[in-house]
Amino acid sequence: MAPNDSAETTGEATGEVTGGSVGRRKAARYIVPVAVAGVAAATIGLVPALADSGDPDLPAITAQELVEKIAASDEQQLSGTLKISTDLGLPSLGGLTDSLLPGGQGGADTSSAAPEAKLTELASGTHTLRLAADGPDRQRLSVLGKGSEYSVVHNGADVWAYDSASDEVYHQRAEGGDKDHPAPKGVPGTPKEMAEEALAAADKTTSVTVDGTTRVAGRDAYRLLIKPKQSGSTIGAIRVAVDAANGVPLKFTLAPSGGGKGVVDAGFTQVDFAKPDASSFSFTPPKGARVTEADEPAERTDEKADELGAFQKELSGLGDLGAVNVIGEGWTAIAEIKAGEAAAGDLSGMPAEAQGLLGAFGDKVSGDFGSGTVFKTRLVNALLTDDGSVYVGAVTKDALVKAADTAR
Amino acid sequence: MSRADLTAAPERSALWTFGLLGSELTTVLRRGRTLALLGVLAAVPVLIGIAVRIETGDGSPAGPGGGGGPAFLSQVSHNGLFLVFAALSATLPVFLPMTVGVVAGDSVAGEANAGTLRYLLVAPAGRSRLLLTKYTSVLVFCLVATLVVAVSGLVAGALLFPVGEVTTISGTRIGFGEGLLRAGLIALVVAVSLSGFAALGLFVSTLTDSGIAAMAATVGVLITAQIVDGIPQLDAVGPYLFPHLWMSFTDLLRAPVYWDEIVRNLGVQAVYVAVFGSAAWARFTTKDITV
Repeated sequence: MAPNDSAETTGEATGEVTGGSVGRRKAARYIVPVAVAGVAAATIGLVPALADSGDPDLPAITAQELVEKIAASDEQQLSGTLKISTDLGLPSLGGLTDSLLPGGQGGADTSSAAPEAKLTELASGTHTLRLAADGPDRQRLSVLGKGSEYSVVHNGADVWAYDSASDEVYHQRAEGGDKDHPAPKGVPGTPKEMAEEALAAADKTTSVTVDGTTRVAGRDAYRLLIKPKQSGSTIGAIRVAVDAANGVPLKFTLAPSGGGKGVVDAGFTQVDFAKPDASSFSFTPPKGARVTEADEPAERTDEKADELGAFQKELSGLGDLGAVNVIGEGWTAIAEIKAGEAAAGDLSGMPAEAQGLLGAFGDKVSGDFGSGTVFKTRLVNALLTDDGSVYVGAVTKDALVKAADTAR
Repeated sequence: MSRADLTAAPERSALWTFGLLGSELTTVLRRGRTLALLGVLAAVPVLIGIAVRIETGDGSPAGPGGGGGPAFLSQVSHNGLFLVFAALSATLPVFLPMTVGVVAGDSVAGEANAGTLRYLLVAPAGRSRLLLTKYTSVLVFCLVATLVVAVSGLVAGALLFPVGEVTTISGTRIGFGEGLLRAGLIALVVAVSLSGFAALGLFVSTLTDSGIAAMAATVGVLITAQIVDGIPQLDAVGPYLFPHLWMSFTDLLRAPVYWDEIVRNLGVQAVYVAVFGSAAWARFTTKDITV
């Protein structure tokens, strides 16, 4: 820096200021951007903290009363924005859908706009959803993508699904009319359904308590805490925030017993219990879009529902399908699947490299039952024994091994 | 610290500023380089339109079935208005800001390089005012560049494809008039999205006396930011980068409009304008102008 140079050439500051004081003044100006950056950083850091502070003061309520409040809740009209984060500890469930769901949803003849295929994508990652409902006959669910949107609109007998990324439409017309509501059925993520599922599982194996109050989407809410009493479950705690005014579950969090962030974290970021605009339930396929009609709507729906149901049962390890045998009860129930000779033959018939690969994905374990491989996710673990039996459950590795030992 | 800053006559200066801005704008927009950039920007929607037209000429759906490529590409062949959105999605990540980087980077450093900066400072405008004028002209260029893409997209879309009622990406329908309105709003949001990057370019421009160096550095910062934003392991810094929420303009095509990310994007841009604008001011008002 040569301050006097500048003074000469631009004819501004004259020689009366000493170099030192010019330097100080120059430095002083840089305080402005630094201060602006500081204020911005402080605002970003502080505003959410300030907004979060101060859980509302609500009259005390028992867990029983709160559960009843949920059950009694009869809000038919609502619209809102949901944020769902799911981290099952799988690389990407989207890619596994085909192999997990029998019937190959991703086949060439099925539309990419078919609801089941799209909605299973919600099982991993973070998604923003918009929900609107007006009574049992009109619902709308949209999954907001980057520059695209996937919407399922149910209006009376029609179910439309529109995928704006591929400009494809899927249409299903239910002959029976109001009897079937595939749109809400296919939604795994609304807080209400999740809460109901969790409460249905509640019995003497479960502790249900009220864990203070909170604010969700600007509304006062009670927090219901559901914890397994048994040890060995991978589920640590389930928290459901319930609207204090109308009993609608607003937020659902499933924390694993191993710690870390929630496996499932679904909640409204904005919610409104007024009647949604009627236009949001009307849908006409855009000109030129490829429309796939669901063939034989009624049968197909049942079949799909069965598939989905079976899949869910398998996941929760409570299923009773043919060779499946359930060990234990409640949170630590383990499904035992005797695959028998065929699968065992398959396994040992595999090339050594493939077996090595299988081993790389799982942990080798051994016990009284012999030896096997444990495949772990954050929620569901599975033990594949070398003789071809499979033990699956939302339980820890040790619990699986113990179950295998006892079953022997 | 400049005495000119303090002694500029206040009553004369308002008129002076407009005069300065006017001549600045004329200089920027008439420059051959600027015209060439705008010409290339105008060609992008036309190229996209022709490519889609050729590909869908036999009635087959546009693009790969999965909806790859820039957003809205699959809707273009059914509604020409979507060419505006597709073109903006295609140019916004790199091309559009690159032209802004060239103009912003050149704004001060180019004058210094050409030796004309000292003459500008002799006039009793003051350095702060001069800087503000420079920044305003860069902002005007942001708007002009965005509008060039949008208008070219609209014209090409209307000529090559049918236009009419618009289906929002939520699947609801809006009239063509409202569709045009949304397109205008989108162009405005895109132009404003570039303001943070323009301020950054202006700051870089005050750091050096070489126009080329300033342009290269500004465009380099843009590319670096885009790369960092694209790395999944660096997700944590993403929300603080200026390009992170640029594509949020697509939320204007939802029904109802999803404002959250648009507002957050504008907030991020405001912070960048404040920080780098004041940094450019601190640098420029204390800089030694030797050339």
